[in-house]
Parts: sequence; C-alpha cells; structure tokens
Amino acid sequence: MIRSEVLKSLIPVISDQLVVCNIGLPSQELHLLDDQPSNFYMLGTMGLASSIGLGLALAQKQKVIAIDGDGSVLTNFGTLPTIANNVADNFILLIIDNGSYGSTGDQPTYAGRKTSLAAVASACGCEHVVECQAEQAAAAVQAALDADEMTIIVCKCESGNIKVPVIEMDPVVIRDRFMKQVQARNS
Amino acid sequence: MIAINWILALPNQCQQIMSVNEKIVTDLVNNNVSFITTVPCKQLAGVIDGIDKCDDIFHIPSNKEDEGMGLCAGAYMGGKRAAIIMQNTAIGVTINTLATLIQYYHIPLPMLISYRGEIGEPVACQVEMAVHTKALLAQLNIPTYHFHHPDDVEEFDAILKYCFMSKKPVAILTDASFWKGA
Ligand SMILES: [Mg+2]
Repeated sequence: MIRSEVLKSLIPVISDQLVVCNIGLPSQELHLLDDQPSNFYMLGTMGLASSIGLGLALAQKQKVIAIDGDGSVLTNFGTLPTIANNVADNFILLIIDNGSYGSTGDQPTYAGRKTSLAAVASACGCEHVVECQAEQAAAAVQAALDADEMTIIVCKCESGNIKVPVIEMDPVVIRDRFMKQVQARNS
Repeated sequence: MIAINWILALPNQCQQIMSVNEKIVTDLVNNNVSFITTVPCKQLAGVIDGIDKCDDIFHIPSNKEDEGMGLCAGAYMGGKRAAIIMQNTAIGVTINTLATLIQYYHIPLPMLISYRGEIGEPVACQVEMAVHTKALLAQLNIPTYHFHHPDDVEEFDAILKYCFMSKKPVAILTDASFWKGA
C-alpha cells in the first residue's frame, strides 16, 4: 500500500475527527478523498503538522489527529520531546512513514534506512508508541481514539504517489471553517 | 513579610526589572493570552520565569522557534490566544513559518523578542543578527516596536490589543537597555 491507499483506508475512522494534515501530497490526497471542514490542510511550512496538532489538542477538549510524514518529522525532530513532555490525551500523531520525501519525488529519507522513528519517539519519552504496517493503519488509529491516551503511530508503507490536483482553497477559508468546527464541537 | 523586606532591600535597578517583568505578565493575562511558548535568552530569563509561575498561562517551552509558532497556531485555532517569547536570532529560523503559516492563514501572534546585539551587548557575534533584525521584519511587513527604555513597556498592552485586532504577527524588540533600565 502507498500513502494515498493508507489515507483512503483511514477515511471511515477520521472523517468526523479534527485532522491536521501535512503539507503537499498528503493534504492534497485527503482533500480529494474526503474534504471536510474539520480538516486543516497545510499549504506550506514543512514539518509543523505535529506542532499545530499538539497546540490544538492542548487548547481544547476534542480529539485531534495530526497526519504527518517521515520526512516532515525528520525536519522538525524537536517536536517529539515537546510532545512527550506535554501529554495531551486527546492527541494522536500518525506518521505515515514511506521512507521517502514523497511530495518532492520520492527521494529516500533516513527513516527508510537505519533510523526508526518509533524508537526515536520512545527515546524522547512518548509513552504510547505503536508501529504498524499500512494494512493495520485504520485499526491502529481507531484503537488510539478508543484508548483516550496520547498515541504516536508510525505506519510503514510503500513509497509512491498518485496524481492529485493542488488545493485551491484560500488559506483563510481553510482556517476559518476549521475554527468554526472546533468551536461548535467544544460548545 | 520576609519576601517584602527582601524586595525592598534590592537596589533600585533590580526593582525596575521586576516591575517590567510583572507588567509584561500582567498585560498578557489581562489580554487573555493563556498559551505561551518560549525559547530562552539570558535577557528573557525573568519574564520566562514569571510566565512559568503564572497560573493563568500555560507555558510550553519549544526546542526551536518555528516549532513554537506551530504550537501557537494550533492553540489559536483551539480558541486560545497564544504568544511566543524568543531571541532575535530566531528571525532567521522562522521566516518561512511567518510567511507561509502565521501570515498566510491570518493568525495573530505577539512575538516578545530579546534584541541581542544592541548597545550593552558583550558578545560580538550577536551583533551580526542584530544588524539584520529590523530589515528582515520590515521586509516581512511585520509591525515592529522597539523597547529601549523601561518606560516603553507602558505600550505593551496596546500592542497586544493591536496584534489580536489585526490578526498579524507583531514584533516587540526589547534591547539590553530596556532590560537593565540603563
Ligand atoms: Mg514520506
């Protein structure tokens, strides 16, 4: 399975959740598969999906799923100690680890070689770290939602991309409709 | 009683620092800023300590300032007013995040910035970013205020209100003279 297939398998589980989605193809694929006002698409700023997701989870009560990539976590490695030391039990970080920088042409990342992101997350102090194969991604996210504890999921999948259009929605529209969802769900 | 006597015994200059730090924390609380991320600087030690001890503010140290801005963006979307406290060297780290996240999505972000490399600076290398700081902020069209005298802190409350009204990042540069009351 490649990332777009993993995302497709996740839709029944995440469609009604607050989702912060990583820059580039992941956001474009999610937008194509299941556009929701409860999705926050990153149009730029590689690496910050997990930080935005954690800030959101700490600021309000609804569950938050940040969909990140191996390349993006490597770009913002400092995020893992911050997550570990500021536990938000409504936060799930799903790292779709295809061992490559998918959006830029599948250049290999170190996560596809010697570096285990799950081991790094554990070493940083994250208490619930799950590594799974692509086929188990939906079940792993559902289990994390049911568990009511902060969970880091590293989902290993194959590298490869499908053709998807860019997101033409205005960033302020993305933020505004997302914030209205957050507000409505917390009131 | 013991604490009060101790404060009174401090030299005048030190009292001024305390009042500047207290004013900043008080203004943040009065403007409902309840989520603050910090990356430390020597000059900011007192205000960071004040924020950490303040029950009305959730203090989350970040490892890098762009990460901190991501945390603030998330907290803002979660309904909290957020702010970042950092050194001016961080402008070099955060330009992309300021342009493509904070400005692009219209997110208000007060940035209380220690302005290292100004008069009174003991470390020569700090001057190398100081000379670029205002030019970079101007290039980004970021409203920028420079606190030089301790009295300049009086404007902090109005700057916070301006920041949340305009939904922009706003920079408050605070130099050594401001912190030392020199
Ligand atoms: Mg990848």
